[in-house]
Amino acid sequence: MKKIKKMLADGIVFKNPVLVQLLGLCSMLAITTSVSNAIGMGISVTAVLIFSNLLISLLRKFIPNEVRIASYVVIIASFVTIVEMVVHAYVPALYKSLGVFLPLIVVNCIILARAESFASKNKPLDSVLDGLSMGIGYTLALLVISVVRELLGNGTIAGINILGSDYDPMLIAILPAGGFIILGFLIAGMNKLLSLRKKENKGDEE
Amino acid sequence: MLKDILLIMLSCVLIENFIFSRFLGCCPFLGVSEKPDTALGMGCAVIFVMTLASAVCNIVYRFVLVAFNLEYLYNIAFILIIAALVQFIEMFLKKFVPSLYSALGIYLPLITTNCAVLGAVIINMQKYASLPFGKSLIYSVAFGFFSAVGFTLAIVIFAGVRARIAYSEPPKCFKGVPIALVTAGLIAMAFSGFSGMQIG
Repeated sequence: MKKIKKMLADGIVFKNPVLVQLLGLCSMLAITTSVSNAIGMGISVTAVLIFSNLLISLLRKFIPNEVRIASYVVIIASFVTIVEMVVHAYVPALYKSLGVFLPLIVVNCIILARAESFASKNKPLDSVLDGLSMGIGYTLALLVISVVRELLGNGTIAGINILGSDYDPMLIAILPAGGFIILGFLIAGMNKLLSLRKKENKGDEE
Repeated sequence: MLKDILLIMLSCVLIENFIFSRFLGCCPFLGVSEKPDTALGMGCAVIFVMTLASAVCNIVYRFVLVAFNLEYLYNIAFILIIAALVQFIEMFLKKFVPSLYSALGIYLPLITTNCAVLGAVIINMQKYASLPFGKSLIYSVAFGFFSAVGFTLAIVIFAGVRARIAYSEPPKCFKGVPIALVTAGLIAMAFSGFSGMQIG
């Protein structure tokens, strides 16, 4: 139980794939213009992460070391194709708005990084948990960024008007430029929080 | 024909720059943009691979995937082609052009997981696959080549800016990536000035 709690805390806060490890920035900058896109993308990536981690962990004793990266890529690409088909069939609006970034989950560094650094060395159950916690961390980071961008750029959250009709939208927030700047500030904020926490911990030890 | 290619060039390099407006290839963009010359090396390697990958994937998509009704496997096929191509180019350069290999060598393996390459190939497929063969091949190659040029332009400009940032002192929590991202945002703002241009 303690282990599960620690893994979740790692995935969501201390080793957050986006805000701390800085992985998978491309797709996240592109699709965080609205909250619904962010949730859809987060769930897709989480699903791919869990299943690819599970399969890679099950096969870890059979895959020869020399061709491991190629095998991982094929496994990941297969799951991405499945997810893409499911989204296309059941949520066509999301399929349309994610566009090229749905197939591009294949080259999302988070998934390959987890496969290489965790799933290839650990038991299946742990790997699934790792995939889940990293996926939740990714989704939450997307959610935070998309809430900020959609609220500033459109005055809405998930399409619901929050700031009233008098609000003059700050268009820059949903343009590419705003994406870079807001992400920069969020990462800086995260750095600040983590360094404050480190100081506290040091204080306790002394 | 020539006019279309010119339009592709303008839109890929400036108006829809891969990094600043499509967000493709951000990882190497932040990773290798610390020095202008490494950025240029990476850029050259990407130009090389992306042009070739556009051509090969276009041909494979038309004559293998579409011919056998396997379009739904495009993602797996493309990533394998790119990985194989990168590997092949690496071996070829090592054997025949060792000077170029020593310049680009370390960047080549990184390109497999560069989403700019796969992104370009998929956009090509969506945009040009329905055209007749010759046209679609030429447009795809032009798109791949000029997108990569746009990528290189962005990464080299950014490396220049980052070299200057290294001498300044931002607040501690902004050091490194955060300040780089904010700067990238400012450059993206400059690039978004091009988006008002009406072409075609």
